[in-house]
Amino acid sequence: MIAGGPIVSPAATASHGHLLVFAIVLPVLGALASLLAGGRWPARIALSTTPFGLAVAIAIAVSVCRSGRVLDYVIGGWAPPLGIALRADGLSALMVLTAAVLIIGIGLFAYAQFSAPAGTEARGSSVFWTLLLAVWAGLNAVFLGGDLFTLFVALELLTFAAVPLVCLDGQADTLAAALRYLLFALLGSVLYLLGTMLLYGGYGTLDILLLADRVRPGPIAWAALALMSAGLLAKAALYPLHLWLPPAHAGAPAPASAVLSGLVVKAPFFLMVRLWFDVMPGAADQAAAQLLGGLATAAILIGSVVALRQTRLKLLVAYSTVAQIGYLFLMFPLAGGVPAIHPWGATAWTGGALQAVSHAFAKAAMFMAAGLIYEALGHDRISDLAGIGRALPVTVFAFGIGGASLMGLPPSGGFVAKALLLTAAVAAGQWWWAVVVLTGGLLAGGYVFLVLTRALAEPQAPIKLQKRVGGGRQSIALMLALAAVLLGFVPLRPWAVLLIGRPASASAGL
Amino acid sequence: MSSETWFGLCGAVLVGLGLFGLITHPDALRKLLAFNLLGGGVFLVFGTIARRGAAAGFGGDPVPQALVITGIVVAFASTALAVALLRRLAEAGGEPAAAAPAPLAEPPS
Repeated sequence: MIAGGPIVSPAATASHGHLLVFAIVLPVLGALASLLAGGRWPARIALSTTPFGLAVAIAIAVSVCRSGRVLDYVIGGWAPPLGIALRADGLSALMVLTAAVLIIGIGLFAYAQFSAPAGTEARGSSVFWTLLLAVWAGLNAVFLGGDLFTLFVALELLTFAAVPLVCLDGQADTLAAALRYLLFALLGSVLYLLGTMLLYGGYGTLDILLLADRVRPGPIAWAALALMSAGLLAKAALYPLHLWLPPAHAGAPAPASAVLSGLVVKAPFFLMVRLWFDVMPGAADQAAAQLLGGLATAAILIGSVVALRQTRLKLLVAYSTVAQIGYLFLMFPLAGGVPAIHPWGATAWTGGALQAVSHAFAKAAMFMAAGLIYEALGHDRISDLAGIGRALPVTVFAFGIGGASLMGLPPSGGFVAKALLLTAAVAAGQWWWAVVVLTGGLLAGGYVFLVLTRALAEPQAPIKLQKRVGGGRQSIALMLALAAVLLGFVPLRPWAVLLIGRPASASAGL
Repeated sequence: MSSETWFGLCGAVLVGLGLFGLITHPDALRKLLAFNLLGGGVFLVFGTIARRGAAAGFGGDPVPQALVITGIVVAFASTALAVALLRRLAEAGGEPAAAAPAPLAEPPS
């Protein structure tokens, strides 16, 4: 089976291939420059980098869509297996674009937040911009990397940039959360590295396209797949390896939470997709995929139920991330795992990708809204939210719209994603996943309405806001939430772009 | 048994010890040490794989050696980051289970 689809030879460098290099180098240069420059410069550097990054992301997406084939670049002209290739297929292009748009939204939000004359977060804020650019560079490297070792390094860069984002305020509890995150991530990375080495020892290459041709089901492939999957699941916080996520994501400042929950956890998921569908589509059998689906089910059900029981708003949003990560992994039992590609594979594939994108926007908006509510009230106890709906209507509206996408209410992006997963589950005759999708949606509705009913309730006494919250940040949160909804208005046909780089037989059935 | 097999087995033992320590020890510093042990095991497996390439006819496979250097740098950087976090946590007065340096084995005086 040829995973590269229409690629003629791995050494062929497409005409727009240098765009892939720009996508990685631009944020790296920005991060280095903002590290060297002090004072107010990091914010300016970061914000002036973002439009260029978005332009590069759009150019990559346009190039992939126009040519209908994988965009690739062979660094230094050294062809794999000796050299390193960067590749962008349809899914990479979408993820790079999502990251660029979200980084701009988060950057503008953070600029309004950190330029407020609070003064307390001065050091944290200048570090934030360097880390934001570093996270962006790491994400793009993960989305575009063409061999497993480059992807390992990219994932490490991402982790090193993401961990300090958790403890920007330097408080003991966030430091402990960051340390816990780091220890989980270290275990994940070393297991991934061991699996990578086993593959190299067995097949003599780490390039994804070459490996796809060479890997045969057998003890080496199975051991490598198990080790790498376990490592990536620890980083992606799939149940039962989710323990680090809620304190880390809930303790970070709002813009950092939005980056972590919206984008960073998608990177290990993306690597799982690469591993299972591109590197060894033949080695991963249906039983392993069903096991992954079982973990996803546990994540959706347990994450949602625990979210329902939270008393603090930010923790509720963080546990909802645990549940939504579960939906991403439902893609594995439905979109493949067995060599024979089913007609519903493309449906599940598109559903999983849309879930990743719509959750990124919705969750970033919800964390921003939760942060604004916290800032305005000085607390985020859900039981004491009464009246905030009148004080910050735009913020609460953004939270509700984002929540609607998580629930899968039509016509949001979350609805389309979940409907596609549902369709695939029914078409595949695996009705149990359909039950999980629907139950998870109901539970998500439960925790979103729990917050909304409290927020919209009439307060006992007129509430006093600790701090005025600017309209700019509220509207950014709203725009990101609306973006999650607007994804649902895109007709289904253009999403076929996501299948660029997939085997031709996998494109049927969308 | 050939020397590669011995090295491979030693690597496997180190990986097992490190994994055990990482999972069972509640103390963060010990977890970090266990992570380094685990990393050492993985790097030893790298070396074995380079050596097995040599058995296939070309005198030592240089690619795993290039990879192992990168791997060591990454492991070093992550250890440094974790130690920095531990120190900040100790300064901020975090919970002792994760913050206080565990009493290590007494150095032979």
